[in-house]
Amino acid sequence: MGSIVIVGAGECGARAAFALREKGYDGKITLIGAEPHLPYERPPLSKDGLKAEVPPKYVADAERYAAAGIEVLTDTPVMAIDRGEKRVTLADGSSIAYDRLLLTTGARARTIAGIDEAARRIRTLRTHADAEEIRRELSPGRKLAIIGGGFIGLELTATARRLGAAVALIEGLPRILSRGVPEEIAAVVAARHHAEGVDIRCGAKIERIEADGSCARVVLAGGETIEADLAVVGIGAVPNTEIAAVAGLSIENGIAVNATLQTSDPDIYAAGDCCSFPLCHYGDRRIRLEAWRNAQDQGTLVAGNLLGAGEAITSLPWFWSDQYDLTLQIAGLAEGATTIVRRELGDDAFILFHLDDTGRLLAASGIGPGNAVARDIRLAEMLIAAGKRPDPQALISPETKLKALLAA
Amino acid sequence: MSGNWVEVCAADEIDEEDVIRFDHDGRTFAVYRSPDDEYYATDGLCTHEHIHLADGLVMDDIIECPKHNGRFNYKTGQAKGAPVCVNLKTYPVKVEAGSVFIALG
Repeated sequence: MGSIVIVGAGECGARAAFALREKGYDGKITLIGAEPHLPYERPPLSKDGLKAEVPPKYVADAERYAAAGIEVLTDTPVMAIDRGEKRVTLADGSSIAYDRLLLTTGARARTIAGIDEAARRIRTLRTHADAEEIRRELSPGRKLAIIGGGFIGLELTATARRLGAAVALIEGLPRILSRGVPEEIAAVVAARHHAEGVDIRCGAKIERIEADGSCARVVLAGGETIEADLAVVGIGAVPNTEIAAVAGLSIENGIAVNATLQTSDPDIYAAGDCCSFPLCHYGDRRIRLEAWRNAQDQGTLVAGNLLGAGEAITSLPWFWSDQYDLTLQIAGLAEGATTIVRRELGDDAFILFHLDDTGRLLAASGIGPGNAVARDIRLAEMLIAAGKRPDPQALISPETKLKALLAA
Repeated sequence: MSGNWVEVCAADEIDEEDVIRFDHDGRTFAVYRSPDDEYYATDGLCTHEHIHLADGLVMDDIIECPKHNGRFNYKTGQAKGAPVCVNLKTYPVKVEAGSVFIALG
């Protein structure tokens, strides 16, 4: 027997809990979350989840947790970790003992220093409750000011336009999606938003944001003011590391873990958005990923390691974004690429392959309608993981099947 | 029960270790050709979200959803783990005179 406590009831924590049972663990599992809901998927919150009043898309229903013997405590913030006693302390002062502890505390929305977060006209988007609030403003005749041209801001923009609301999107950098998305693909996304009537302002410096009961005003350097019914700040996320830091665990842009996702305390592991880890295939550089699939992959792997498997994480970064009918997918990390080649897939879909100066494939980024790029991005991911140096001409040629390159 | 055979396509229209989408009578299916040159058919949409599996990747006897990488054994319909937990329905398939047929119950 024994007791494994999982702090953080999102995608990663829930996945780890089920994976513990799938791997044969028969001790006690307690999954503790601060939100009032069972673990749910966050990706729909900026997409279809905003389109109607729908319950969260749960990872699993209550029956499945019960059947697996997983105790889920919702609405239960964890206040502290007592590493000496091996217990976690809850808000009501009670505590739960662990043999092994998993931290899947996730991340929270980054916000702008000095803005009045209590003002209902300024929001961030991270939780189901946030999505419920924002949805009220997504109708014809309403206007949103969205701050930040990253995935969240752009997906919210697309959804808002679909529902008839006007959007001004304000980005501080010279282009949208400058973090991790190639310019050629960002340009396709920007063009599409322009065509949908979105007012995109790149290189904009925000002087201040004001809000009252009925309106938000974003004041730009130079004096222009953008008025909106709601301002949404989408400028990234901050890992939830506080209880780990107070407990003396090593922190390095997230809870620092080794390749097996073990923290500086051998009985404590961390996984998902909250942790930074050495990235296999890229010289073990330390990275933190805020991504749905990473949460799943690490949740599954860490379950085995909590039971002593000692397995290193080898999966690649993988992201996707849906905007209008476009889907963008990225596998790997393009940083350090010296050659980029483009493969046309038809129907305005294309993939960019990013290779380093030795010809090794580092990343692939694609965009197109529906799931047009999915299959080739998946194959590219396998080529990257295999350390392949494919012939750039073969990558370009639509006649060459990527599957054949994998076998080569 | 397999009385209603419907023609899908010519057998060589599906590559080995690949899949195509087949729409019929308001329903959508995925029809597969395995690496050992056998044909199979399942429901066309992933059981996690409504995504066409035919846009996904076939590797051996696995079809992987293009959206969230949910995996199924397309020969049995069995879901192979998160995020998919509901199996795919499968359909009998036959090849006759160079064409692929599936049986719709």
